[in-house]
Amino acid sequence: MFYYTLKRLSLAILVAITVSLLTFMLLRLSGDPAIALAGENATPEEIEVVRHQYGLDRHIIIQYANWARKALRGDFGVSPYFNQPVENIIGGRLGITMTLGGCALVFAICLAVPMGVLAAIRPNTWIDRVALTISVIGQAMPSFFFGLILIIVFGVILRWLPISGSSTWRHFILPAIALGYYATPAIMRLTRSGMLEVLASDYIRTARAKGLKHGVVLFKHALRNAIIPVVSLLAVQFGFMLGGSLVIETIFAINGVGFLGYESISRTDLPMVQAIVLLVSMFYVVLTFFSDLLNAFLDPRIRVA
Amino acid sequence: MVEKAIGEIKEIEFPSPGQILRQRTVSHKGFMIGAIVLILIFTMALLAPVISPHDPYHQDLSKRMINPIWHADGTWKHPLGTDNLGRDYLSRLIYGARISLFIGVSAMVISGIIGIFLGVIAGYFGGRVDMFVSFVITTRLSMPVVLVALAVVALIGGSLNVIIWVLGLLIWDRFAVVMRSSTQQLRSIDYVYAAKAIGCSTTRILLTEVMPNILNNLIVVATLEIAHAILLEAALSFLGMGVQPPLPSWGLMISEGREFMLFSPWIITIPGVVLSLLILSINLMGDGIRDITAPEGRS
Repeated sequence: MFYYTLKRLSLAILVAITVSLLTFMLLRLSGDPAIALAGENATPEEIEVVRHQYGLDRHIIIQYANWARKALRGDFGVSPYFNQPVENIIGGRLGITMTLGGCALVFAICLAVPMGVLAAIRPNTWIDRVALTISVIGQAMPSFFFGLILIIVFGVILRWLPISGSSTWRHFILPAIALGYYATPAIMRLTRSGMLEVLASDYIRTARAKGLKHGVVLFKHALRNAIIPVVSLLAVQFGFMLGGSLVIETIFAINGVGFLGYESISRTDLPMVQAIVLLVSMFYVVLTFFSDLLNAFLDPRIRVA
Repeated sequence: MVEKAIGEIKEIEFPSPGQILRQRTVSHKGFMIGAIVLILIFTMALLAPVISPHDPYHQDLSKRMINPIWHADGTWKHPLGTDNLGRDYLSRLIYGARISLFIGVSAMVISGIIGIFLGVIAGYFGGRVDMFVSFVITTRLSMPVVLVALAVVALIGGSLNVIIWVLGLLIWDRFAVVMRSSTQQLRSIDYVYAAKAIGCSTTRILLTEVMPNILNNLIVVATLEIAHAILLEAALSFLGMGVQPPLPSWGLMISEGREFMLFSPWIITIPGVVLSLLILSINLMGDGIRDITAPEGRS
């Protein structure tokens, strides 16, 4: 287990370094970032001042090294739009995005796991078909379109829920559904196939032959084993959700990191965009690292491979 | 008597592989529905100049926001109504199919070339090559697609070509993952050893022994990636950093209609439903191909 952890950890760190380097390079595609930072009507002298101020007159590798060294200490530079440290602005919005992601994940689990289990217990019946339909539609409908439909139906026609902002818990319901629905097909399919596989195994037959109750066999014996791969999928899905929350946050005007990212991209706030891309990537790296460890812990066969 | 019995035995015919395939295809409901819808949308895109009733770019401000035909005041002149600039909605919808399909297929080709190359060499050579490719895949997976695509398109400017390249360079991960595991399974199969033994070059083994045998999986991934690329293009265009106006991208149409959706919900539901239908049909076909080409007894 120790050797496995070490291996995974070094891979995670290597990925983190590469991603940070890529992020840094990517945002220099625009050509000269000094021009973007100085604004449209800046004189050449002003651009030079900005260039020197942000250290853009040095070699790109030195720029990266400086940026990375500061980023490690949690210093991501100053946003030219807010005129404040990037980390302060992001810090204030991170909680909202995490809340949204958490709610979306809970919604996805509550919908997908029971449906997956039911579909596996009664394969090829109407329950299975309903579950399949939900997952097929979830894969086909773009999340922004689904979000807009939710706004029209529950916000405008029925007037049940607020449709924009993030001031109360009720504001999070619709966006969480819109974001979470997107993750349900994958979770449902994996739960269903895992359950089907486990239910056909010998130890379930043994448990039934011993005369255990149906519910005990189903939940204590079958679900606990079928759910292992689902847990690691959840970690990955949560990582995707933080990236995908950009679209949902924009539609529902939720002041989270995603909306901030979208706005920062629109106003070419480079230090901000850089920090957000890095943050979301790092989150994914950390999540997959822990889900790998969890998997190896739960299933000893993985450690050896 | 004996002769007659033998004659009867001779008449029993086993279905040829082609017949089995045809029979499986026709009896697979999902595949057939997906194929029919997709063919309809494809024909619509192909014949756009012939079948669209109006010029999709022609603005007529005196005819803004006409309701579709199912409203009391709808007219057959504009069956799906007009948008806020008075452009015929049906014509824009028809031309929009061209953009979605074009971007989807082109981005899939680019990502396919990258992903197949990485996946096949990782699966075939294993060892260090595999470790390196796995590392590249992990790195790519940890970068948020929407965020990175948005940032890059915003920085270098949105155009059809830019979007195709950005998407193509970003979404090769599934190709690489699936091709890697499929190739790994083939690596130690006898006919690959046989090819090696008679002195085939690595390139030849990869092209003539490995590739044909991973083709099934390849087609499945390719269809799913077309759908993926179309969805991403729609999201980027919806956010205003994809296909630029006045091009009739479905994502852009939803974005432009957003202002008016409270009073005229059809303005976003029409492109949204058509977009969902397209993705649905592609996914159904992909799943269908997987079932149909799966070995006997597995589905």
